[in-house]
Amino acid sequence: MAKVDPAMRSSSLTRLLRVTAFAALATVCSLVGASTTVAPDFTLPSRSGDSISLEQLKGQVVMLNFWASWCGPCRQEMPLLDQMHKRYSSLGFTLLGVNVEEDSAAAEKWLAQTPVTFPVLYDKDNKVSQLYQVDSMPSTVFIDRKGNVRYLHRGYKPGDEGEYLNQIRALLKE
Amino acid sequence: MNDGRSACIHDASVSGANHFRAATLALLSLLAMTLLPLVSDAGVLPEDRADLLYHRYDGGGVTIHGPSLLVRKTMAEKYSVSANYYMDMVTSASIDVQVSGASEYKEERNQYSLGFDYLRGKTTYSVGFTHSDEDDYKAKTASFNISQDLFGDLTTVTMGFSRGSDTVRRRDTITDRIDNNFSEPVERWSYRVGVSQILTRSTIMSLGLEVITDQGYLNNPYRSFRYVDPENDTQYKLATEIYPHTRTSNAVSLNARYFLPYRAAIHGSYRFFTDTWGIGANTFEVGYVHPLKATPWTFEASFRYYDQSRADFYSDLFPSIDYQNFMGRDKELSTFTSKSLHLGASYEFAKTGWRFVKRGTVNLYYDRMQFDYDDFRDARNRSLAAGTEPLYSFGANVFQCFVSVWF
Amino acid sequence: MDTTGISQQSLPSSSSRQEVTFVSSPLPSWQRTRASGLVRCGAAALALFALSACGNIEPWVKPYERQALADPIMSFDPNPVSSAYIDHVYEAREGARGALGSSGGGCGCN
Repeated sequence: MAKVDPAMRSSSLTRLLRVTAFAALATVCSLVGASTTVAPDFTLPSRSGDSISLEQLKGQVVMLNFWASWCGPCRQEMPLLDQMHKRYSSLGFTLLGVNVEEDSAAAEKWLAQTPVTFPVLYDKDNKVSQLYQVDSMPSTVFIDRKGNVRYLHRGYKPGDEGEYLNQIRALLKE
Repeated sequence: MNDGRSACIHDASVSGANHFRAATLALLSLLAMTLLPLVSDAGVLPEDRADLLYHRYDGGGVTIHGPSLLVRKTMAEKYSVSANYYMDMVTSASIDVQVSGASEYKEERNQYSLGFDYLRGKTTYSVGFTHSDEDDYKAKTASFNISQDLFGDLTTVTMGFSRGSDTVRRRDTITDRIDNNFSEPVERWSYRVGVSQILTRSTIMSLGLEVITDQGYLNNPYRSFRYVDPENDTQYKLATEIYPHTRTSNAVSLNARYFLPYRAAIHGSYRFFTDTWGIGANTFEVGYVHPLKATPWTFEASFRYYDQSRADFYSDLFPSIDYQNFMGRDKELSTFTSKSLHLGASYEFAKTGWRFVKRGTVNLYYDRMQFDYDDFRDARNRSLAAGTEPLYSFGANVFQCFVSVWF
Repeated sequence: MDTTGISQQSLPSSSSRQEVTFVSSPLPSWQRTRASGLVRCGAAALALFALSACGNIEPWVKPYERQALADPIMSFDPNPVSSAYIDHVYEAREGARGALGSSGGGCGCN
């Protein structure tokens, strides 16, 4: 019968507890990062053929949504985003869908089945994704009328749209 | 066949301390994971789906067929529940049945499984229960798994534990009734650890380790070993197998999948297996999946090679009835190779959705298996001198036809 | 000729058995310490969990580059009902068991 040296057992346990405590303290990630940094400018081709640049939308509240047709949560939130765009676009709000796929055929196919009214931009070489340091799919960026990044949402879970609406209204009031 | 020496096979007993240590570590890991602050981004639960499968196995004098139904549903966006009903309808006149002198038998096995997955942050906790029921064997298993995404979701670490409890009964071959005086338990513990790692945009690999321990009545109550008839050494007699009461096995596997740029995938895997019964096995598999462009068809093919070296207490023919303390003649514990070819065709329907169905597939799989034994002989022909019969081999055809819908 | 099936045999008496002194298949040393091997595996898994919170290793495959990995043909187990069946077919006929099934990959969303 194997015997574990009691001294060894308690020291490895202490080590384990220390590591766990350190890990608990070390995490800083948060779901909604609030900040104020200037939103990097970009120009991307849109689905309708013309080019859209962020600069020309200054003065409006802009919501950038990075999505892909292969991403389940992205597909799930698209119809809700469309509702938001329809509701607030006349009040100075624009929603831009940035599709990050290299080959846009799959995105086109999906949009044919589930059409949206907001502009969809193609970021085929992922330049804008890198510019905005996209680290999660989907990613939603809120840009205020002055062109600053105010809120960042990583991922999508049903219920998040409530928070989106609150932030849109808050930014529109400014 | 064994040489002149007798051998006392060592029955490795399971130390209670080993279980305690492993269980303590599992519990500590669980606690550590719940304490780890939530990286608030969440993972994704498996998709909602329903699958209905018809399976059929024909080979070696055995026919087994039946349905399998699986349903999975997400509830409250955090829980995923799955349920499976599986049935085997067995008609068996296998070589073991024939050698024992019994007649072909029919049997039915029902299996029910229930699973719950809970997603919290980047961790998925899963619990599962399985109950298998046939008139001479009942098996219950409970399992627990934790899956964690790390390093920007490029790494997934999985840990799992299962506990099984079986009851072995025996049907009297003469009266064809369950023998009420025979009921033996089997207890099982299984510990699993796995890591999957994304290497490139097109490559993913995984490494798995599993340790399984059984304790109890581990042989088949209908199987016999054969020994040279003391009165006539060209003939053999049969006796009930005597197995060790414990078995601990270790398996380590490596899998890889690679995406080919024209949209196809190749995959390969290797598993190394050893256990305390002296069995050593290697499993190799390579496969290819090819979706046919601009059509709803996908085709796949794979080849599997398996080789095994025999258990220490296995022999096709023992020189005497008391040759060793443990003796068995189960061909599954012999030295053999098995080769399989798998072909599959899949047709995707409802691509654009139909009512509540997001996507659906109809699938047809065919597997051709070949088992070739190196130290198991075809003892059915009694006119041959015992031990000189040809080595046994058989082929099997396996069909699977199933429909899957995602909703 | 013995044509009947199973004959019930009692365990052989010690007088007719030849006693031996060796273990026919000595376990390799790593197998004897299988539980400590398991403890080591568990410790490695724990270390990985702890590491996940400290330090940010930049993922070399970005979340928006996972198109191929999210494809159903790259899933380790796209049809669980079929893989469970085939695993059972092999396990019932072969001596080896375990270490089947992998998870991971996919779209890495949320």
